[in-house]
Amino acid sequence: MTLSVRIIACLDVTDGRVVKGVNFTNLVDAGDPVEMAALYGAEGADELTFLDISASVIGRETTLDIVRRTAEQVFIPLTVGGGIRSVEDVDRLLRAGADKVSINTAAIARPELIAEIADRFGSQVLVLSVDARRARTDSGFEVTTHGGREGVGIDALAWVEKACALGVGEILLNSMDADGTRAGYDIGMITAVREVSKVPLIASGGAGSLEDFSAALDAGADALLAASVFHFGIHRIGDVKSYLDSHKYPVRMQAAK
Amino acid sequence: MIAILDYGSGNLRSAERAFATSGLDVVVTSDRDSALEADGLVVPGVGAFAACMKGLNAVDGAAIIRERISKERPVLGICIGMQILFSKGTEHSENGGHTGVGIWPGEVSLLSAPILPHMGWNSVKSDSSSLLFQGVEDESFYFVHSYAAKTAVGKLQGWTTHGEEFLSAVEDGYVCATQFHPEKSGAAGLALIKNWSKSL
Repeated sequence: MTLSVRIIACLDVTDGRVVKGVNFTNLVDAGDPVEMAALYGAEGADELTFLDISASVIGRETTLDIVRRTAEQVFIPLTVGGGIRSVEDVDRLLRAGADKVSINTAAIARPELIAEIADRFGSQVLVLSVDARRARTDSGFEVTTHGGREGVGIDALAWVEKACALGVGEILLNSMDADGTRAGYDIGMITAVREVSKVPLIASGGAGSLEDFSAALDAGADALLAASVFHFGIHRIGDVKSYLDSHKYPVRMQAAK
Repeated sequence: MIAILDYGSGNLRSAERAFATSGLDVVVTSDRDSALEADGLVVPGVGAFAACMKGLNAVDGAAIIRERISKERPVLGICIGMQILFSKGTEHSENGGHTGVGIWPGEVSLLSAPILPHMGWNSVKSDSSSLLFQGVEDESFYFVHSYAAKTAVGKLQGWTTHGEEFLSAVEDGYVCATQFHPEKSGAAGLALIKNWSKSL
């Protein structure tokens, strides 16, 4: 046997609710995060990710409470991202019940934060979230912030290499062009990032058809993250796993009772 | 009563909740007497080997583990909590490695694999007389680590492959250990925890 590919259900959380939009705008309500986390856990999700997109302090406190309540009843790994700027923020989330954290904007502003978090808690807790889009940079991909609205003039591949050297344990690669479109993961981008990194790579953004999931694996992804296709019932997690299993990809089928 | 040893390593809340599903009372503690008296002691651990040993020593953890084993009181090491039971860890060391608790001989070293950390769900080839894996022989468990022990110790072993074969579980009388995280391994992990709890 071998390491299974991971199917990760992502919940964008703001002020206590799961929301989902297209290209990070036009958000619509998709449900209660703790209930949805429990449901996805029961359906066989291999991991859960909460992305806290709250703009307010109260929204962040609410998210901590959601993390606590989720960790009490869902016994699979939970990653939390959004608004993390310091080692203290990481400590607070881990204490609430998160297993990993993902960082993005704060690491671009101050790359040393990566090493600070890795030194204190280990690389394995640290997921680098890269929101990238196609652009005229050296590699053809650039890093964006603020939900893909602002380019920061950094080449995405150069950034991934630098972050790996500083100690991230995993990369969450979000295609800003594909996000929420259900038109497929950005295969070229996955291939390019895979070539420059030796840590696990999570593909994100654009999952639509079942073939999209296997295409991302063929391009070198170790894990597949999706949000809207699960929230809106286009695919169940079990459907994705059955499809991949029937095409000879290693997946964890639902545990026996 | 199960005691989860709190020596500043990682989030213990979900471990507490997962072990509580066994029906036994669970306490998270760094108190020497509570850790010695509990029916079972869980030694968790995430992060780096040296940092974990430092935290463990700060609560006299190595002595607690040794004393429990000498008095035939069960101990379960998880992830780095398994690794520190060996004599030596070579993680981030330029001068020969860090000393472990030394319950088992041998060293914990970097896995030879193209992608590290070994992160995600993988299967365990367990012994048919295993107590821990009873009923969950064919299930997958959640791993997050880059280092592992690669030679057999103890009475029964579980083996997993990522790049190379490594020791993913040990049952050795009163001391058991898993390289994976049963508290993060869904229904299969909870079943394994229950198997261990029933043996206390």
